[in-house]
Amino acid sequence: MSEAAAPVTRPSADPLQRRAIALVSGGLDSMLAVKVMQEQGIHVEGVNFFTGFCVEGHTHAIRKKDKDKNKRNNALWVAEELGIKLHIIDISEEYKDVVLNPKHGYGAHLNPCLDCKIFMVNQATLMLNKARELAGEKGFDFIITGEVVGQRPKSQRKETMPIISSESGADDRLLRPLSARNLPETLPEREGWVDRSQLHDFSGRNRKPQIELAKRFGLEDYAQPSGGCCFLTDESYSRKLADLWQARNERRYELDDIMLLKVGRHIRPQPHLKLIISREEGENRFLEGYRYQFTSLTTVSCPGPLALVDGRFESEAELEQAAAIVARYSKGRGDESVTVEVKDPGGVAREVRVAPARPDDIPKNWLVA
Amino acid sequence: MSDETLHELDVRRQLCPIPVIKTQNKVAELAQGEVLRVTCTDPGALNDIPAWCRINGHEVLATEEGDLEVVVTLRVGAPSVAL
Repeated sequence: MSEAAAPVTRPSADPLQRRAIALVSGGLDSMLAVKVMQEQGIHVEGVNFFTGFCVEGHTHAIRKKDKDKNKRNNALWVAEELGIKLHIIDISEEYKDVVLNPKHGYGAHLNPCLDCKIFMVNQATLMLNKARELAGEKGFDFIITGEVVGQRPKSQRKETMPIISSESGADDRLLRPLSARNLPETLPEREGWVDRSQLHDFSGRNRKPQIELAKRFGLEDYAQPSGGCCFLTDESYSRKLADLWQARNERRYELDDIMLLKVGRHIRPQPHLKLIISREEGENRFLEGYRYQFTSLTTVSCPGPLALVDGRFESEAELEQAAAIVARYSKGRGDESVTVEVKDPGGVAREVRVAPARPDDIPKNWLVA
Repeated sequence: MSDETLHELDVRRQLCPIPVIKTQNKVAELAQGEVLRVTCTDPGALNDIPAWCRINGHEVLATEEGDLEVVVTLRVGAPSVAL
């Protein structure tokens, strides 16, 4: 776990004021959970975990079509709205084990939602324990999440809630303010730090109670990711990840791999070769940064995309096939031939002249999506 | 600013929230009052790093938006006990 960022302790006006660490995703539920606690006089600080699969901002930063969207990190924005500190923790390295070996399995795609939640609450528990060890009563007392019973098919079910509490090690220091009255009493409720009767009993996928509560708190502008904030819940993304593992004959990934799965058109003309072809200027610029790591192709006789080659050419024919595919997505697709530059990661380049591939030359099953 | 040591952080080609995380980790190594200049290419950093500064008590001295790069200069605020 990252060492630099963790909850801090600070003197508060009321020495008896209880303190909670909140898991803040940037969505409405965690925002409301914090509000409910603040209403009861609890001092709250937020943590937000970066797994590498966060949708947050990335595609907005890359793709032109998203240019008009507000480029903000929702977790930071929520923290500012709530007036709480936020610690963003990079867990992308440790998170690999959650994705590769989920004890409780996957959801509809490659989303290990239950293991993910256990992992995140466990990280928060370690922070809480450390704070208590170093600062005693001035540390943190409990953890809150925006979980709602029955809201998510994999992780937020009545029977999974206690599993998250126990397997994370948080036990009864984990409180879900939006669903608490559907769940057994926790330490903060028993000790009277919070008033259980003022907590909520939301359940199911109906978002009306949350929207009502948001209205009561005067919150109007909020994000509604609800699972949509993680690429692993996306069918097409999960397929690209599964394809990557199959091509490599092993289940592993690096941060760059999972970043590149978010960008471009992915075409696999050979089992050992995949092309990542930019679809627009923003993606072009993003892929440009990877030309020192990958062989790249780009058209020179006409405007066209930049493509990275994930894998190695085993013959000149494979190289020409890749060049023809790239030419297919260039402005010269109707020309008799197109010149394509092939550059290795060391910067050594050469040019090949190829006839652009025709639509029939690229079977649908080459497209990884 | 001329008498202060200017620390530099290069997070070009990294996408949010990585520039924010790296800024956060760098700031944790610096003393109160020190100045850090962060260079990014993700335009989102122009919103995110100042937002992170505001909620964590650091002062944004300047933001510059160029064609390809975004630069945020900040002064480290009161020390917090990082655990």
